[in-house]
Amino acid sequence: MTLAIHQLRYDLLVFWRNPQARFFTVLMPLIFLVIFGAVFGSGTIQVPGGEIDPKQYYVPGLGTLGIVSAAMVNLVITVTTQRDAGVLKRRRATPVPAWVLIAGRSLSCVVIALATVGILVVVGIVAYGVDLPASRIPALVLVVAVGSAAFCCLGFALAAVIRSADSAVPVVQAIVLPLYFISGVFVPADQIPGWLLGVADAFPIRHLAEAMVALFSPAGGVEWGHLGVVALWGAVGLVIAVRRFRWVRAA
Amino acid sequence: MIDVSGLRMTYGEVEAVRGVDLRVQAGEVVALLGPNGAGKTTTVEILEGFRMRSGGEASVLGADPGDPPKGWRERVGIVLQESVVEPLLTVRECLTQYAGYYAKPRSVEDVMELVGLSDLADRRCGQLSGGQQRRIDVGLALVGDPELIFLDEPTTGFDPSARRAAWQMIAGLRELGTTIILTTHYMDEAEHLADRIVVLARGEIVAEGTPGSLGGRDREAAVIAFSAPPGLPARFGAVEDGRALIRAENPLPVLRELAEWADQAGVQLLDLEVRRPTLEDVYLQLVA
Repeated sequence: MTLAIHQLRYDLLVFWRNPQARFFTVLMPLIFLVIFGAVFGSGTIQVPGGEIDPKQYYVPGLGTLGIVSAAMVNLVITVTTQRDAGVLKRRRATPVPAWVLIAGRSLSCVVIALATVGILVVVGIVAYGVDLPASRIPALVLVVAVGSAAFCCLGFALAAVIRSADSAVPVVQAIVLPLYFISGVFVPADQIPGWLLGVADAFPIRHLAEAMVALFSPAGGVEWGHLGVVALWGAVGLVIAVRRFRWVRAA
Repeated sequence: MIDVSGLRMTYGEVEAVRGVDLRVQAGEVVALLGPNGAGKTTTVEILEGFRMRSGGEASVLGADPGDPPKGWRERVGIVLQESVVEPLLTVRECLTQYAGYYAKPRSVEDVMELVGLSDLADRRCGQLSGGQQRRIDVGLALVGDPELIFLDEPTTGFDPSARRAAWQMIAGLRELGTTIILTTHYMDEAEHLADRIVVLARGEIVAEGTPGSLGGRDREAAVIAFSAPPGLPARFGAVEDGRALIRAENPLPVLRELAEWADQAGVQLLDLEVRRPTLEDVYLQLVA
């Protein structure tokens, strides 16, 4: 476990020194919050249990984007790049067990996701008067942790089936971009046709978004059902990752 | 240290390694020399535990590299063909990260000293030259204090001065008493660094020996060559394209006789040279 923390330190250091990763993961949700707040800032949005201000909706909605970027998009890109460069192969040539490398990297996903959502929430509260009762903070930490861990597993599964780093970005974006739109991340769920939400329900991003939004709605709390679906997806990802993950690039 | 017999590796129809036998003693520096595609890297990757062999027996540090026991990787250092440093970490951070993977690592300061990177300790790896990145790779292999090191083409793509510097560093590892297996397709590199050279071609060992004796080089006849003057007696040997080539087990008496004849005939022996086959001659013959 000490070794996993050792690995976590360096994974975080590498993330922190990569301006591209920092920008796309941490800053993007904030930029979207400013834009969406300006464009769609008036009126109210219908959520289970009442109506809320758009900013109150976009903070958890874009928080979902932050979690998926930190845990899955960023992970798939770095892992496939490191695999192509031989970094993973080189690490396998040391005595360090595989699970330590995976655990260290997964923990870094959780830490980065928590930081991203934390910044988003603080900006939301300070700049837009978003309301998050202090009593819901532990629930938020739980949802972000479970969500990022699950998407991290899905990231390893994707990295296992993607052949090279060159195809990592287009493949991942092709998967997540449409899902962001139909899952209530960019467009509030009350404006999405029911059948499209039905499609989104078949994928994990919608369930994570629902669990996030529920924490910011008037009568909300932890949506165990949605969180469970996210965790289940994570478990499936883990099984695929364990069976298919390669340390050496495809010949 | 290493005991390999009848090692085979096939990829589909292709036989990359066809029955290699190799024994390496502790403290030896052995070079696997051969052209691209000779099976060097495949052989080394099997011994490193990265590939499963198709046939034959292999033992490295007393264990099967295809199924290494716990603790085996603590004792083996590996330098892969391509450089693998994390560009965003500094030299010291990179080495400290890898040191953390080992139970009894060498001190990071010592390793930087050994590979000559002490002055660049706080430089990001991405800002190092190709030769310096290679030094880090060697440093990563040394940081676990291994008994055995594999160096896969350590100087491919280097300019001559970077190669010299790398040789000096590798020669320094010998002083530590580490056993080294080196692959290369440069003859001068093998000659310079290795106690013993194993020449591979088409997946087989075609010759083996010390740099001085490889391919019977030490026992081969010397060649006396010069521009043949007119009237050179036939007893001295053949003339090819106006150049006399005389093979002699013992060249000195032949040279004396030749000099006497030239004096009497009043001719000069232009471009006179006496040489034994170079390692390059032997090598090119072996892998042809």
